[in-house]
Formats: sequence, C-alpha cells, structure tokens
Amino acid sequence: MTTYFNEMFDGKSVRDPYARLGDWMATMPADRRLEKQAEAEALFRRIGITFAVYGEGGDPDRLIPFDMFPRVFTNHEWGKLERGIKQRARALNAFLVDVYGRAEIVRAGRIPARLVFQNEAYERAVAGFVPPKGVYSHIVGIDIVRTGPTDFFVLEDNCRTPSGVSYMLESREMIMRMFPELFRENRIEPVDRYPEALRRTLASVAPAKCDRDPTVVILTPGHFNSAYYEHSFLADLMGVELVEGADLFVEGGFVWMRTTEGPKRVDVIYRRLDDAFIDPLCFRPDSMLGVPGLMDVYRSGGVTICSAPGAGVADDKAIYTYVPEMVRFYLGEEPIIPNVPTWKCGNADDLGHVLSNLKDLVVKEVHGSGGYGMLVGPKSTKAQIEEFRERIKADPANYIAQPTLALSTTPTFVEEGIAPRHVDLRPYCLVGERIELVPGGLTRVALREGSLVVNSSQGGGVKDTWVLAE
Amino acid sequence: MLLKVDHVTRYHYAPAVRGVVQSHRLTPSRYDGQKVISWEVTVTGGEKGGAFRDGAGDWVQAWTVKGPVEEIEVRVQGVVETTDMAGMLKGHRETVPPEAWLRDTPATEADEALRALADSARHDEPLSYVHALAFAVAGAIAYKPGSTHEHTTAAEALALGEGVCQDHAHALLACARHAGFPARYVSGYLFAAEDGTPHEAAHAWAEVHVPGYGWIGFDPANRCCPDERYIRLGAGLDAREAAPIRGIARGGAAERLDVSVSVAPPVAAQSQSQ
Repeated sequence: MTTYFNEMFDGKSVRDPYARLGDWMATMPADRRLEKQAEAEALFRRIGITFAVYGEGGDPDRLIPFDMFPRVFTNHEWGKLERGIKQRARALNAFLVDVYGRAEIVRAGRIPARLVFQNEAYERAVAGFVPPKGVYSHIVGIDIVRTGPTDFFVLEDNCRTPSGVSYMLESREMIMRMFPELFRENRIEPVDRYPEALRRTLASVAPAKCDRDPTVVILTPGHFNSAYYEHSFLADLMGVELVEGADLFVEGGFVWMRTTEGPKRVDVIYRRLDDAFIDPLCFRPDSMLGVPGLMDVYRSGGVTICSAPGAGVADDKAIYTYVPEMVRFYLGEEPIIPNVPTWKCGNADDLGHVLSNLKDLVVKEVHGSGGYGMLVGPKSTKAQIEEFRERIKADPANYIAQPTLALSTTPTFVEEGIAPRHVDLRPYCLVGERIELVPGGLTRVALREGSLVVNSSQGGGVKDTWVLAE
Repeated sequence: MLLKVDHVTRYHYAPAVRGVVQSHRLTPSRYDGQKVISWEVTVTGGEKGGAFRDGAGDWVQAWTVKGPVEEIEVRVQGVVETTDMAGMLKGHRETVPPEAWLRDTPATEADEALRALADSARHDEPLSYVHALAFAVAGAIAYKPGSTHEHTTAAEALALGEGVCQDHAHALLACARHAGFPARYVSGYLFAAEDGTPHEAAHAWAEVHVPGYGWIGFDPANRCCPDERYIRLGAGLDAREAAPIRGIARGGAAERLDVSVSVAPPVAAQSQSQ
C-alpha cells in the first residue's frame, strides 16, 4: 500500500504553511462553503474561462473545475524550487542554441545525434541561427511533482507555448475576491506582476534591427482554439495587440500589422501557433493561419518569434532524460530538482524491464501530450495493460516509462466535504535578457478520488498556489 | 568551364493579386567546384527583403511585390566558372549535420518497391552501394517528360516506371535514406545541349553523404555525377524544400507560369573544344 505525502497533514499535526488555512477551514460552515463554490463557478462562467477538451466530444466550452482550497508553499520551499526551475530553463536554452549551432553536446557524446537531428521537432530551417539574447524558449513551463517534504521531481518540460498561466492569474483573482480575509491573515507573494514581466521579457528580445520601443503582438490561431481565452486575456493584461495571421503581412525585410492608422511594424511575435503553421512558405504550405515569408524575416533579424521555431526539440520526452546531463554540461552544476527515473523503451534492456513491470509503471508516448496515449499501470485493467503491451512492442522507441509516483495530496473541496487529492505544479519561467519567475504557478489537481492524472482533459481541476512571504 | 545562365520566370495572375512574397535560393553555392563571375537576380516591381545564409549553406533572399499586380518577372543572369569535382562537394560550409538529412518527407517516403530496389543494389563498400543505387533508380524510371507532375511521389514514379529528373532524385533519396545514407535534393542548372540529350537546363539531382567522402552528387537522370556542366544552387529534403523559387500570392487568383532557361558557354553557338 503506497503512502502519499499530504502537504497539509503531516501524520498527526498540520504542517506550518497550512497552519492558518487549517483554522479557516475548520471554522467555515458547510453551507457557506457550498455557497462560495457556486459563486466561484458562476464567476468563471461569466468571465468565460473555459477549456475545450480535445477528442472527447461533449461540451467544447466545458468549465475547468476550480477548487477553492489553496495550495501553499513556504518561502523556503519555494526558494529551492525557484533555483531549480531557473537552472533548468537556462540549461534548456543553452542546449537549443548549441544543437542549432556546433552541437558540442552531441560531439562530446553526451546526447545521441539521432535523438536530436532525427527528431521531428528539430527544425533544419533555423540551424545556424542564434536568436536575440540567445533565447529559444522564452516561457518555459516545467511540470513538477512532489512525493515528500523535500522531494520534488521534474515530470516534463514545455519549451514551446505552455498554456494555463491565465488559470494561475484567475485563480488568485477569484480567491482574493471571495475570501479577502485570507489575504489579511496570510502574507502571500503576489502573482499579478506576471503580465508585465512577460511583456518586459518579450520586449527585451527585440531584434537588432529594432531601433525604438518594440511593438509586441500575440499571434493566435483564432477563436476556435481551445486556449483562445488565454491569448486574449494575456494581450489585454499586457496591453498588446492580439492578431491572427491575416492581420500580419511581410513587406521588404519586416513584418507589418494592419491597423486603422495604416501598417505598423511588428518587432516581437509571441505566437501561440505550432511551428508547422507559422509560415506556409517555409513549413506546411496548406496553413491558412500563418504569415507567408515570416521565417525569412526572422532569419534575417527583422522580427523575433517567441518561442523560437525549433524550440520543441528540447522538450521532447526522449530528450527529457538528458536534461540533467544538459545542466552538468552547460552550467557545470548538479541538477537542483532531479528528473523522475525514466526507462526508454527504445533501449532493449529498458524495454524488457518495462514489459515485465507494466502493472506498476506509467507509460507515455514520446510525442504525446495532454494525458492521451498513456497507461497508468496500477489503475488499469488486465485487458488495458495487454492492449498497451502490443502498442509498445509495435513501436518501442515511441514510448518511455516511469515508476508510478506517489504524488503528494492537498486538501480539496469535494462533494462529501474536504478530502486529499493528488496535485502537480506548473510554474512559468520567463527567459529574456534576464530570467524571471513569478512565485507560484498553476497547481493542477486530480479531482477523481485516487486519480493521479491531473490533466484538465482527464478530469483535472486547478487551485490557487501560494508562496508565503518571509 | 564558363557557363552563362539566363533564367526567366514569368508569373501571370488573373485577376490581379494583392501582393506577392517569394523566397529565393537562386544564388550559386559556394564550394570548390564553382566560382561566380557575375550574378544578378531581378524581380519586376519587387522590393528586396531579408537575406541570409541558411544552415545548409544556401544563400536565401526574400522578395516582396506590392499589389495589385498581374504579372511579375523573375530574371536570373550570370556567369559561373565551374570545375569538375567528380561530384564531390568540397569546400562547402554548412551548419546542419549529415544526420539531419535522414528524414523522409511524403515525396520521398520509401514503399515496399523502393525498399526492394534499394536492397537489390546492396553492396558492402558504401560508395559502390550508392553508385549502384543511382544506377538502379536510373534503370527503373525511364526519362519521359510529361509523365509525372509536381506532386508525384518517389513511390508513384517507381510504380509508373517513368518520370523526370525530380522523380529520379526523389527515388534516389528514398533508396539512399532507406539504406541509412543521409541524402538531399539539389536544384541547379545543367548545360546539356552538347550531346543532344533532352534534359532541362533547370535541373535537379541528389546528394548522398558517403562515409569517408562527405557529400557526393548523383544524377540518375543522366547516369553520372555532377561535373563542370552543372551549377549547384541549393538543397532540401525534397523538391519543395529545395525549390529555387518559393512564392505565395495574396488574393488567391489563378496563376500561370512561363519559364525559359538557357545555360551555355558565353561564346554561344560555337563548337566547344575542351
């Protein structure tokens, strides 16, 4: 029987960071709680923050469940996480500049050439190019799980366009609005400077040809995209334009935005669009979402694209196992937050181990995301395991496996009252001229009892995440 | 050998389009086998955009043309001095490592027939193996203009048994990559009038990375390796990626294309002695 670390109750007593929250919870009458829960739902509905779930049918504007019980870190706990996250973001960017340049890490034999250069996310089109300030991934979302008081692991990296930061901001807003007393009783690090920090980060990577205050835009695939709410939310808070491909065009060596006052030059594009779609001249010719000629402007230093095309080669699940090696190779440091031990099914030895221990492991597709195409051994039936076994055997290199982690739990409001539910954490690290991290991040919670899958597409919800001030 | 190039591409749009964006790989590669004496690309009504040398060593120049426009002409004129390097790409600087050229695209995906063709040419010595692959492709796909089109894949051309230089190159890429050799599509020019062969002056072939030798060109269409009659422009994973001109017109009108290419020694119409 696995025991799970409960972030609030440490055996008999309430752990420090939750001391005040414990009292708050104990004194809240049940009917007030229900009333507040209904209020939260109504608020979310009204502001329109919803999450479309891919491939599941049903209501595409399903509300992502919001749990009112905050998750809390002490300042000390956060200090270590912050150092570990920044370290990792630095190493991932150093790796990207390297593999599109001289690829020293491959020459040194520390990462197999095949994993990098035959990777679908490796973009030949950007080889030999160093983006402004040497940054490929400007917003690094690092998913972290906890298994004990001081035991944290990185589950995966997101170097392209990690989503969810709007939930971090909205969750805080919601809690402040509903329970202002909590913010009198606890000293909580604010998160509302994130949009300004993001804008500053983006402006700091303006291209060399930009000789004035840079114009930043967010490029969205459009309102049918599941994260459109977030795109417009961030544009609004940053005070920048939200544009679609058709609003931009290339002329001469620059990118221009159509405005009512005529064309305006654009210097930095925060794109929420995959590489394949950003320029039909360079990538998918059938893309109607991108800007023809954008890549030539980018490569000749007329505009900066964030994240840089090609950044995905650093967050592939097969590359993930080598991130600790990147930290050592580029920074000469030991990783502060370790990886989860991972078996690569493409290795014959690893494959044998995985196939004989499927019932205890979590198996993931190398290129999968969002909790699809994944097996959670202990939670699966014999038939499901056997079916997955065949899928792995058919294409071993496409799978990695990890032990089932004893994810920590935090108290969560559920129908029966308050119960522990498993959580993870996604902080958003900003990398530009400087590297910045807003204290906290997005805590995702698996609302189904016993479930270890926190993805919103698989019944996960979100919580406000507190870092207590010193 | 001195080669003079005059390459004109005319685009006609009906009705007029709102603007045109193009990306050119129209500048001869820098390597020991060729030296540019003079070279100029013009685009009627065009404004030069950004330019850069990409990771594969190709010079890329972007152009835009403001609309409304019904016709544009892209003209390439220049003289290049070439040397026979027996197909070897010596002195060419590039960032992209050979391993990055093992990937297939839909045009070069090997089906069972292509894999069988590649396996039938198997040879222990790598260079001999690649030569055998090139000959196998030349033998399996007969040169026949008009039999295939722009989007024909390597597998389709092999099934048909006919094609043009693009199909030969795609088929060789499929076979070479199946055999584990990095390979790429090369676009360029060919001076071919001399021996009366009918191949187009705007030409394409394949380059294969052979251990111990580096990149070597193979032209299955002419059953040879590129020599002093060839001018190399640029490379890609397939014909689309290596296209000397990639372009998109805004406004989605019907496009018609006229191309004329002449590649010959500057003292044209005289008999050559070499």
